[in-house]
Amino acid sequence: MDPQNVGILIVDDEYSVRDSLCSWFLADGYRVDTAADATEALDKLQKSPWDIVLLDIKMPGMDGIELQRRIKKIAPKTITIIITAFASVDTAIQALKDGAFDYICKPIDPDELSHLVRNAIDRMRLVDENIHLKERVEELSAADDIIGETPAMNSVRQMIVEVAKTDATVMIRGESGTGKELIARAIHLNSNRRYFPLVSINCGAYPEGLLESELFGHEKGAFTGAQYQRKGKLEIANKGTIFFDEIGDISPKMQMDLLRVLETKHFTRLGGNKEIGADFRVISATNRNLEEMVKEAAFREDLYYRLNVFMINLPPLRDRAADIPLIADYLLKKYSLSMNRKFEGFSRAAVDRMMQYSWPGNVRELRNVIERALVVAKGLRVEESDLSFPSAVDGVKSSLRPLDDVEREHIAAVLNQLAWNISRAAEVLAIDRATLYNKIKKYDLRK
Amino acid sequence: MAGFVYLFRLGKVDPALLDLAERCIRDQFRLPTRIAARKIDLAPTFDSVRNQYHSTKLLREVITDPPGDALRLLGLTEVDLFIPIFTFLFGEAQLHGPGTILSVHRLRHRFYGLPENRDQFHERVRKEVMHELGHTFGLVHCFDPVCAMRSSTYVEEIDLKSEEFCDGCRLRLEEKLTPLR
Ligand SMILES: Nc1ncnc2c1ncn2[C@@H]1O[C@H](COP(=O)(O)OP(=O)(O)O)[C@@H](O)[C@H]1O
Ligand SMILES: [Zn+2]
Ligand SMILES: [Zn+2]
Repeated sequence: MDPQNVGILIVDDEYSVRDSLCSWFLADGYRVDTAADATEALDKLQKSPWDIVLLDIKMPGMDGIELQRRIKKIAPKTITIIITAFASVDTAIQALKDGAFDYICKPIDPDELSHLVRNAIDRMRLVDENIHLKERVEELSAADDIIGETPAMNSVRQMIVEVAKTDATVMIRGESGTGKELIARAIHLNSNRRYFPLVSINCGAYPEGLLESELFGHEKGAFTGAQYQRKGKLEIANKGTIFFDEIGDISPKMQMDLLRVLETKHFTRLGGNKEIGADFRVISATNRNLEEMVKEAAFREDLYYRLNVFMINLPPLRDRAADIPLIADYLLKKYSLSMNRKFEGFSRAAVDRMMQYSWPGNVRELRNVIERALVVAKGLRVEESDLSFPSAVDGVKSSLRPLDDVEREHIAAVLNQLAWNISRAAEVLAIDRATLYNKIKKYDLRK
Repeated sequence: MAGFVYLFRLGKVDPALLDLAERCIRDQFRLPTRIAARKIDLAPTFDSVRNQYHSTKLLREVITDPPGDALRLLGLTEVDLFIPIFTFLFGEAQLHGPGTILSVHRLRHRFYGLPENRDQFHERVRKEVMHELGHTFGLVHCFDPVCAMRSSTYVEEIDLKSEEFCDGCRLRLEEKLTPLR
């Protein structure tokens, strides 16, 4: 539909709102006019037809609710969209019952507005063509990359949709590599906060002290080496979402600090005294048994309850084996595209082998196995022999090597087997996390 | 008399970006550019509750008292822009000119928690310079999916467009530009 043929009337008692919305729609090429109150609006509606009326719910004189009822009487085909402050969403819902097309909250998300108007125009067209309107379905923008059709994964997907609509704190549980970060991202991308940052912080990857400055930021000179003032992740996440990965790994002191921030939504930078306010949604993830940790007093109970408002459990891959071929196919397509090679799929034996394997590293391990398989595969089909799984006995290597070399290799192997779970790797290696962190740096190890 | 597109630095702006914008204007609009000497203070346009800067107020500053040889005025900024009714804006332009401002804040990958990608960031900046300046020459949003005048309210949409005006928009633009050259 040519925008020239779509007329939009904006009704708001505030000049600045009329003016900004008017220029916004003019840039789209629509026919636009404004009215400062209900009387002026009804006047304009009588003189010429308007396709879409955007009206503020709160106006002196006749309010938006009443105006919208009148519009429905004099121009039933006109689509009305209600503008409301957050405080009056209830009234907006009343307006929906009275036949408004939708409502939008102030301040308006420009993307939401353009979607809404596009939807309204689609509806006009449909009504014109006398086609039954299909139920509007919420599109799930990023979650379509979450592969899996088992009941467990379907219910996870349902939960994402549900919880994304709210601002509730979410905790994601599951072994390493089950897709916790992927789920966190999907929630963020489907929430109202999606135009603001999603900031991830891997709580297990920082030695004591560093996590603090990473989260809260610091003022210049807060500690040796702090040459500049730096914003912390909490500040960067303002209006967006912060994702605490491996939340079970934070120290008792950090647990206390974090609890305070979650309760007050205020914090101070290290070495500073200014209170900084931040507005963020919290998603956390862990593969540890937090309930057990609470019992042992290793994790604060009050913090646990604050974080665990809405829980999503991701089952290990071996418990949803039916998804393995689906995910494998998906990854095959994805990697063959980026490698610019053609593959037809996996051989029967390869699929069987993948379904029988226990996948301690879950989807991440599956991903690594497939990535490697595609490099070695010769034909169009990926054969069982192309798949390589870690086995206990590795090839014999020359033993005349420097100690550093052996250490590097061993640490890398442990990290890879444990899907880079720093805490568990530190346990296995019987060193503390800070030491492990330093070694990772020293040897420049990467995921 | 030949005129210039004047560029304003609103707050601290990476000189490389100014450079980029100037080159883009010379390439795409074939108009000469100048960096404006006048300093604009951002402080009065800051909203401490929203932690953003008032776009319309800034735009008003940009178009105040223009140099006699100014064809268009473009303000570039690193700060996040808003107007009261909207949560944010990439930029704001006066349809048929003379002024426009553009924020690169939400064009950076960092803003979305992603690693920096300089090339793609620069591409976004060029596209948005074309888009906003296009408005000042009377271009409205275009339905061509890859035209620079396609409306984009989120950054992925910017990435989908090309660094070109479609034939229709180019034609309308040249009609406006020819008398100015
Ligand atoms: N259901 C799924 N479908 C497709 N890819 C997945 C799925 N679950 C996990 N992945 C992929 O597996 C890898 C590991 O997931 P990640 O979210 O980092 O796990 P975790 O945070 O639980 O360690 C990522 O590359 C992710 O995209
Ligand atoms: Zn535009
Ligand atoms: Zn075009």
